[in-house]
Amino acid sequence: MLLIPCPNCGSRDETEFHYGGQAHVAYPENPTELNDREWAEFLFYRDNTKGAFAERWLHSTGCRQWFNMLRDTVTYDIQAVYAMGTPRPATTGPAASEPGTASTAADSTTTGNAAPSTSSSSTTAPEGATK
Amino acid sequence: MANTAAINGINGLRDIRRSPASHLAAALEAGSIQGTVVLNEGPFQTMAGVRVDPRSEEGARIAAVTGGLPARCGDVAGTDRVSVLWLGPSEFLVVAPEEAHDSLGGDLIGSLVAALGEAPGQVVDLSANRTTFELSGPRARAALEKGCALDLHPRSFTVGTALNTEIGNIPVVLQKTGEESFRLFPRASFADFLGRWLLDAMREFASPEVP
Ligand SMILES: [Zn+2]
Repeated sequence: MLLIPCPNCGSRDETEFHYGGQAHVAYPENPTELNDREWAEFLFYRDNTKGAFAERWLHSTGCRQWFNMLRDTVTYDIQAVYAMGTPRPATTGPAASEPGTASTAADSTTTGNAAPSTSSSSTTAPEGATK
Repeated sequence: MANTAAINGINGLRDIRRSPASHLAAALEAGSIQGTVVLNEGPFQTMAGVRVDPRSEEGARIAAVTGGLPARCGDVAGTDRVSVLWLGPSEFLVVAPEEAHDSLGGDLIGSLVAALGEAPGQVVDLSANRTTFELSGPRARAALEKGCALDLHPRSFTVGTALNTEIGNIPVVLQKTGEESFRLFPRASFADFLGRWLLDAMREFASPEVP
């Protein structure tokens, strides 16, 4: 259970919040000019950061306000909480320089051979378990 | 304003109005342990949801009607008749006795609507949205602590404050009305669940404490 410091209400249990995905994904200035691939990338493609990650959270059972949070996806350490619309604060936490943060490597999450074992194991699911 | 006719129409139905936990009345009475922890459903209240920027002119007009707006999380403003609970930086719950409702001779909703005027914000009659449970007694806090992660110790949760949180995994507004008394505002559809959950939490206090 994360203890999340809501900027309005103070520390509350994670169950009072909803996750809003990656922060700072700007809406395209001219959506009509995007081709299908660019539109798909705007809608669905997100970073899969190992380390400090800027994300949006909603305090849904409390003040019902959105805010941004800088959270380490490895240690779950919450490094900063800041208002929507403000830029991401500089990471000072040790996690930023950790050796394992190479999620931008070209082959990290794509294509066949490198597929993580968890996804291949889904093919062994019993008949009828998947549709 | 446009709903005045509808409100007057409801007036004739007042006699057959049933509160969301009325079917639990006997169970609440049986499950209460006098002098230890007592639970009952409170009377109907007039409630209004208000969304307004408290620093604006319209915010000041609303505050003049309610007797102030709470400034931060936990604060409760108002008068002895009207309480204004903080739900968010620009969202408040106004709670008053049932007679304050416009359909019963009061003028609370109408005055709030008039105070907001055409300014940005909203005033919504939420009198049927939530019910109230009143939980009191020396073990009231112990019962709540079984399903509420907030620090309910009196040094942290003081009389006259209210918090929007979760109790028994459902969203509830929890108000501390006295040293050993609490008022819980669950939504109507959660009233049955919360009533039974509290009865279960209170049950152990009927037996002598095991050292
Ligand atoms: Zn909050």
